[in-house]
Amino acid sequence: MATKLPPVDIVIVGMGWTGGILAKELGPTGLKIAVLERGGQREPKNDFAVPLIRDELRFSSRHDMMMDVSQDTYSIRNNPSETALPMRRLGSFLPGEGVGGAGAHWNGVTWRWPDHELRIRTKYEERYGKNYIPGDMPLQDWGVSGAELEPYYDKFEYVAAISGKAGNIKGAIQKEGNAFEDPRSREYPLPPLLQNHASQLFAKTAKELGYHPFVRPTANASQPYTNPDGMKIGQCQYCGFCERFGCEANAKGSPLITVIPVAMRNPNVELRTYSWVTKVLKDSTGKKATGVQYVNVLTGEEMEQPADLVILAGYILSNVHLMLLSGIGKPYDPQSGTGVIGKNYAYQAGAGVTLFFEDKSFNPFIATGGWGTSIDDFHTNWNFDRTKHGGIGGAYITVGGSHGRPISYRPLPPGTPQWGSAWKRAVAKWYQGSINISASASVMPNRINYLDLDPTYTNRFGQPLMRMTFEFRENEHKLVRHAAEVIGGIGKAMNPTLMSKPAPRMTWSVVPYQSTHNTGGAVMGADPNTSALNRYCQSWDVSNVFVTGAGAFPHNSGYNPTGPVGALAYWTADAIREKYLKKPGSLI
Amino acid sequence: MAEGKSRVDVGRRQFLGGAGVAGAAAAAAHALTPVAPASAQTPAQTAPPAGAQPPQPAGYTYFKPQEALFIEAVVDHMVPKDELTPSGTDIGLATYIDRALAGSWGKGDRLYMQGPWARGTANQGYQLPLTPAALYRAGIEGANAHCRKAYGQTFDRCTSEQKEVFLRELSGGKITLAGGLPGRAFFSVLYDNVMEGMFADPIYGGNRDKVCWKMIGFPGVAANNAENVKQYADGRRFPANPVGIADMS
Repeated sequence: MATKLPPVDIVIVGMGWTGGILAKELGPTGLKIAVLERGGQREPKNDFAVPLIRDELRFSSRHDMMMDVSQDTYSIRNNPSETALPMRRLGSFLPGEGVGGAGAHWNGVTWRWPDHELRIRTKYEERYGKNYIPGDMPLQDWGVSGAELEPYYDKFEYVAAISGKAGNIKGAIQKEGNAFEDPRSREYPLPPLLQNHASQLFAKTAKELGYHPFVRPTANASQPYTNPDGMKIGQCQYCGFCERFGCEANAKGSPLITVIPVAMRNPNVELRTYSWVTKVLKDSTGKKATGVQYVNVLTGEEMEQPADLVILAGYILSNVHLMLLSGIGKPYDPQSGTGVIGKNYAYQAGAGVTLFFEDKSFNPFIATGGWGTSIDDFHTNWNFDRTKHGGIGGAYITVGGSHGRPISYRPLPPGTPQWGSAWKRAVAKWYQGSINISASASVMPNRINYLDLDPTYTNRFGQPLMRMTFEFRENEHKLVRHAAEVIGGIGKAMNPTLMSKPAPRMTWSVVPYQSTHNTGGAVMGADPNTSALNRYCQSWDVSNVFVTGAGAFPHNSGYNPTGPVGALAYWTADAIREKYLKKPGSLI
Repeated sequence: MAEGKSRVDVGRRQFLGGAGVAGAAAAAAHALTPVAPASAQTPAQTAPPAGAQPPQPAGYTYFKPQEALFIEAVVDHMVPKDELTPSGTDIGLATYIDRALAGSWGKGDRLYMQGPWARGTANQGYQLPLTPAALYRAGIEGANAHCRKAYGQTFDRCTSEQKEVFLRELSGGKITLAGGLPGRAFFSVLYDNVMEGMFADPIYGGNRDKVCWKMIGFPGVAANNAENVKQYADGRRFPANPVGIADMS
């Protein structure tokens, strides 16, 4: 029997970027807020101290800051005809755990997704006709426009200390920025990061080929900075231990040093760590949440936390899992195409090529998380004619190189032996002289890519695991084949001694790390028959449940997701504060 | 290490060469007089004391003698002594793997171990009901049984050519080991561990004297590159003088 606790006004599940933003924005209302985080506390000064934090084996190979899959994992398969098997080890993607969530150890790349992503069906139908969108692709508008989100993107960028160069300020194209971006109201809070030799060579060649290179915007601070909440951010030291690590210099825009400590200044906000939410509780009508059930993982005790408003702010997969376990919204059925929870799950596609230069040193270890030089000519550039190569979406292309940590970073030309003296000589020869050009591509929803509950496997509490059914489909194949051609062309023009064969990712394996950009499963939209959430990220079915994070994305762009994740969290916080709390109930 | 000879002879290792002993002594002295303040501000250019490295106690905590022979033979074949590094055993790779298997990772930390069990597709990843330590136990037994059948002797006694053929077949998925154990699954963990032993921080027992970091020019843990990023943005090689966790502790 669960111990019933005194009620609170708002319970927030998860204390990462979005939980921190919601707690910080709603704290000043004076309402009683409990934030439940299934992992432990983190304190940068202690947890990220040098030399402890500069341990590739512990933090990168062994995933010290990540979700522990021995406790809870996902079952995975490529197609509905297969039997899903549990992801027994982390690999393809790395959900975070503990206060700060994945925001404590992300790389920092922060984009604004343009209006043509947010109104994707409308825009593609307008330009390419209704027949251009395949029948098995439930492509849909998000219910919110680029112009509506602009102030919220701005807010997130200034809080998270984004370094970058604007490409379009109120319609005026800015030299050196991304000319293809939507208009923004002002410059980034910090100037762009410095660029390494590899990025400079890439920029030069890309320009010669007629493309439009620019420095990628990211939350690695190019200068010391104080954000609008008065939080101090240090200057990036280009240490090469960024993604998968915490920052000892407090130079990575992270919720741990921004929104979370600000939220915790409110005496009415309480953070409970080691509190693993297992279910959202509902009343007898099924239309109203009454709170959450959780386990205190330090004692094993079950607790019930009654609340008037429930905000799911965990990792996308955790949020969708909780909705399926709790019956918040109708589960998606791929046969009939009905139901909404688990629908439109998407991942990240891509392609890569490695260049080898005999006479150059790129010092790959002098690096930081999100830096790099990108081109957006085949992605956000709306004038790029998609009919030639087919497909919806595109790929942005980058040379950056976030680290030279040698357990995982040892580029070798094809045909190199796997061991022996010849292998060692090749490792020593090419470690300094390699460049990777990577393409990050969109993934459009497909009728048979979805999330549901596994019929066989369970987590530590005996609850069904979430099952992921996903494969890169025809649309992704078109995009990555084209991206591979483009990066191969740029690579050749950079005139390397040797070059690998440009490799598009054609199938999804759970083994090698690819990206933690999982999206969808609890998507936002204008129609309750095709979306789980309305445009304010409020559940259509249970109106006192709001859900943050990339689960709301009806499709995945080639861009990294944290920009809209942050912007939508502020957008939702505003809707709750200004609309919902004044008149609880469905906002639409 | 010579073909077919064992390093496991009790006590022998302690008398072998000066490297281990001198290293341990230097590390002990280093612990008393830290040369680098424990802060991020130490530039990588500061040379650590010669021979500084964490203590490398001899012996194994997981491997049985026959297993140790196999592992030493594998790491010495994959990482032979040459102009770039000493042999795999001499840079601590067998020690690294032994400690990893004896520790929480070897015992299945962060591994989901609930059945039912099925082979699955390659895309579904590791699906064996074995912890890494148990996989090594069965894998080494199976590998030696295979070598006995194919070459008339255990792997450690095979010729260099036989070892090469066996490892290639194992890595290429051509060998199923005793009891139906897929050879490639064993090889893949073994290979990853050899790479970790070479390139992880020396504090874990491999990469002795940071020799593999020196081989490639990786400066290690004490990186404060706000100035270096400007100075080395023109393709000049950064003169790495590697620093490990023990050097800063």
